[in-house]
Amino acid sequence: MLKGLIGKKIGMTQIFDEAGVAYPVTIIEAGPCYVTQVRLPEKEGYAAVQLGFNEANPKRLTGGQLGHLKKNELPPLRYLREFQIKSSDIKVGDKFLVDIFGLGERVDVVGTSKGKGFAGAVKRYHFKGGPKTHGQSDRHRAPGSSGAGTTPGRVYKGSRGPGHMGSERVTSQGLKIVLVDAERNLLGVSGAVPGPRGGLVLIKDARKQ
Amino acid sequence: MVNLDLNFQTTKNPNIPDLYPGDAVSVHVRIKEGDRERIQEFKGTVIRMRKGGNNASFTVRRTASNGIGVERTFLIHSPRIDKVVIERHTHVRRAQLYFLRQRTGKKANLKQRFD
Repeated sequence: MLKGLIGKKIGMTQIFDEAGVAYPVTIIEAGPCYVTQVRLPEKEGYAAVQLGFNEANPKRLTGGQLGHLKKNELPPLRYLREFQIKSSDIKVGDKFLVDIFGLGERVDVVGTSKGKGFAGAVKRYHFKGGPKTHGQSDRHRAPGSSGAGTTPGRVYKGSRGPGHMGSERVTSQGLKIVLVDAERNLLGVSGAVPGPRGGLVLIKDARKQ
Repeated sequence: MVNLDLNFQTTKNPNIPDLYPGDAVSVHVRIKEGDRERIQEFKGTVIRMRKGGNNASFTVRRTASNGIGVERTFLIHSPRIDKVVIERHTHVRRAQLYFLRQRTGKKANLKQRFD
């Protein structure tokens, strides 16, 4: 049984339960997803399914992409992503909707975080920066010393410092499903999800239940 | 893309009428004490309305004993609000009545609007 979907982040809002407690909720437009390829342990060495999402104008896809989908008479799908599975009877052409998830289940949501550009060490790693007073100039957000002295005489690789931040794959784990709208293909998960509104997200069964 | 505000409006509470800044209102809130529920009334003036779909709220200001101002913000879509009763509309010229915070006594009164 596959527990995975590709979706688009719509945005955040809040909903109330019967007791009147407001919960922060991210709305995701998920599916319909089609199985575009099945990877088998005998052939590819691992078990997975490739899902396709977002029917698009065929002009938006390359000839190769269209050929891959046309082979199995699937609509033109803009996004293809792989989901690992244990074993299954899933066939190419199967369609998955939001109803594979039930209320109260836990899921992991994968997205691409918002890009922050070249960020300083204070923003990127929560360094404290320099003193604000006592005659300091130009040291307020400086990273400080990045290494030791003559020994080793260099800065170790992988040391934290300024650099590019964001635009990377991020997983939010263990989010609870609080809304399933099969009519409009919408899912609501508690809490925040990585990425901007309109960003592509993958929804999977939670690793840590 | 699906419009968040249009699609996720929780149904509006029919017991909350359209409110405007300056309205003298009485807000009936459900309060849970242990396992029983009672209704608490909060009477005052609406000093601001905030839009924002499900997050929309309004703030009511009242003067408690000794002239101490108390403001309370309510979420319009919250099921804890039992009902809101408008006692009167008043003539105001701005959307946020923060100037009331600086006023006490008779100066803090707003002129009633009859229409």
